[in-house]
Amino acid sequence: MSPDFLRDALIYLAAAVLFVPVAKRLGMGSVLGYLIGGILIGPFGLGFIGEEGKDIMQFAEFGVVMMLFLAGLELEPATFWRMRRLILGAGFAQVGATTLACFALFMLIGFSWQASLACGLALSMSSTAIIMQTFREKGLTKTQSARSSLAVSLFQDVSVIPILALLPLLVVTAVSPPAGGATRFIDTLPGWAQTLTLLAAANAVVLGGRFVFVPFLRFIARVHLRELFTISALLIVIGTAYLMTLVGLSPALGTFLAGVVLATSQFRHELESDIEPFKGVLLGLFFLAVGASINFSQIFSNPGLILGLLCGVIVIKGVVALLTGKIAGLSFDQSMIFAVVLAQVGEFAFVLFPFIHQLRILSAEWTDILMGVTAISMAFTPLMLLINERLILPRFGTKESVSKKASDNIEGEHSVIIAGFGHFGSTVGRFLRANGVAATILDNDSDRVELLRKTGFNVFYGDATRIDILKSAGAQDAKILIAAIDSPEINRDLVDKVKQAFPHLTVMVRAKSRLDAYELIDEGLEHIYRESLDTSVRLGVDVLVGLGFRRHSATRAGQAFIKYDEEALGRLAGHRHDQEEYLFQTRRHIEIQEALLALDRETIPRLQDHAWDGRSEE
Amino acid sequence: MNKVLILFAHPRFEKSRANRALLAGVGALPSVRLHDLYEEYPDFLIDVEREKSLLTEHDVIVWHFPFYMYGAPALFKQWLDSVLEYGWAHGSKGSALKDKIVFVTLTAGGTRQAYAAGGHNRYPLREFLVPFEQTAVLCKMTYLPPFVVHGTHLLDDSQLAGQAEIYLRLLSILVRGVVDIESMTRYAYLNDWLSTD
Repeated sequence: MSPDFLRDALIYLAAAVLFVPVAKRLGMGSVLGYLIGGILIGPFGLGFIGEEGKDIMQFAEFGVVMMLFLAGLELEPATFWRMRRLILGAGFAQVGATTLACFALFMLIGFSWQASLACGLALSMSSTAIIMQTFREKGLTKTQSARSSLAVSLFQDVSVIPILALLPLLVVTAVSPPAGGATRFIDTLPGWAQTLTLLAAANAVVLGGRFVFVPFLRFIARVHLRELFTISALLIVIGTAYLMTLVGLSPALGTFLAGVVLATSQFRHELESDIEPFKGVLLGLFFLAVGASINFSQIFSNPGLILGLLCGVIVIKGVVALLTGKIAGLSFDQSMIFAVVLAQVGEFAFVLFPFIHQLRILSAEWTDILMGVTAISMAFTPLMLLINERLILPRFGTKESVSKKASDNIEGEHSVIIAGFGHFGSTVGRFLRANGVAATILDNDSDRVELLRKTGFNVFYGDATRIDILKSAGAQDAKILIAAIDSPEINRDLVDKVKQAFPHLTVMVRAKSRLDAYELIDEGLEHIYRESLDTSVRLGVDVLVGLGFRRHSATRAGQAFIKYDEEALGRLAGHRHDQEEYLFQTRRHIEIQEALLALDRETIPRLQDHAWDGRSEE
Repeated sequence: MNKVLILFAHPRFEKSRANRALLAGVGALPSVRLHDLYEEYPDFLIDVEREKSLLTEHDVIVWHFPFYMYGAPALFKQWLDSVLEYGWAHGSKGSALKDKIVFVTLTAGGTRQAYAAGGHNRYPLREFLVPFEQTAVLCKMTYLPPFVVHGTHLLDDSQLAGQAEIYLRLLSILVRGVVDIESMTRYAYLNDWLSTD
């Protein structure tokens, strides 16, 4: 390991650690933090790194590949299908109209039509990261504007693929192959054949995903080794990317498709959380490298041009989005938020501009200028949101009243998470489903998950005690978590972690025994369900009936007993700490039984319905 | 100042426009406690001791329910049967409820005209309430005429809101405690008394 490598790594990591938190604190989002960090360590800032920023870029671009894999993975076909009209309608309108308007702008500036079109496409992208973060921070994720923005950004994510594929068709002059040098198979083909090859390769990935990846992952999952699963996930991503580059296609395209294919599989959440950290690190590196490679001498030499372009692009994007919002039927307020959120140029532009430059469609100077515009437009988003919130909406907007439906909206989409889908959890799940509540289910037995998915349950394979998995199962937005894992120790571990990480969740927990329930009471849990209680009492009720009790009286006695026993549980939980610690567990069980029996003799409720006993009859 | 206890029994409260409207503002009234029986005792296992102490703590009791088959929903009947014990609520030694004010609040699908000798339901509504009235008398309580919202499915939201307003007014009057019982009992419904007020 050369000291140079260590020094570079130190600079990059330090820049990230220093600037990302600051940017986040200022409400600018992490992408911007990385960019600013990159700019400052780059040749135009403090000059810690020079031209080698470009080399890092090649490595870091793999972060983009992973980002697309995850984008594909998050592209749940069901969501896509449900929102298809919004996605295709609003998405197409936004990308199409923005591209056209920017195309016109660049033609006026004097670009070739190819360059204008390419730039238009790149500038039509918005930042998914900023959109998601904005809505989450403002608590607006359920609003129409959030839905529409999400639809548009989904469309953009998807359209990156055809854009990457179609850009080579715009090449006018014969180009020597971009970076790398080795002649690739696809470069020897004419434009139409390249497109055809692309389609063939895409199909290969889709089929391979379904018939190779999923069985492979199932096999790996059975080994029950977490790191092996991570390795396999990386293997799939890197393998797909490598195969794609062998044919000479965009690795981003391949992994995106692989992601889409795997999105329907039960391994989605697990894959997501395994790849996420790698993606995060590499993508951070990527944005740092982008920041470091923006040529600021270009920008400073004509600030007027940059400012003009920036305003032009933001106005075009904003107006187009506003109109799209209107057509999609959003109210004024919602349209304004929608427009502001979509007005910046997104991170995909950082992928597209260098690519356009590699294809020699765009000169280096213009690439730098447009990347600069992109970065600055992202920095403007929080400012524009503030202006919209403080100045525009209060004056022109209609403040929508708080939802007035009082007792409705009980179901809510996936507001329940069931961890552990054994005998206990599955009964709860079936009951909820019978009443129209679709719970998100986590289980770490892949065979069982497989079976349940066939019967139509929304089950995911994953270890529910991992915060990241809970997160991707939607724990942040859920209301109730049911801890129904078979092992009391794991269940308690889960409850602990959930209480720390997601304090807003109501936790309802399965307890195996009375002792188990005591432990949970000690941890301050309120909703504890002993699996043996109701069943045993029901059996007891049937015994009474068998002995000749009237069924109604026996049933009421059973109900009263359960109620009494729950109260006794709470009372004894505190008491048992008085006992000396060294008692063995089995001994403690007996002690508890003794205490219970003594208590029963004093306070056991017999039927309280004195009024029904005939004394009062007239 | 009186403390008012609304004993509310509705097995499908979430579907009842009329009762949701009537009770929407009750929470904001001081000294009025809404006791939702179907919510408290979903398994019909009424905690008799708790109910008795609630009754003891309050001065005005409201029996509030929808009119089902000319009577109260099952849980309310069970409440009457199990809580109003002999020796506590009635009988020679039972005087725990003595002189407490009680009245029925009803929502009914039928119009007031339908509850008449020649009408669809053949008897005036008050006659169907005789068991409740006599129960109150047995427990030595002061029984007021009922507060009734008729023809609930014919009322639109603003009409319902109007009824709710009148109901809240009645409750506030009872809380203040300056009530002329004599004048109230001269009317068939408390609604009538309120409209002449």
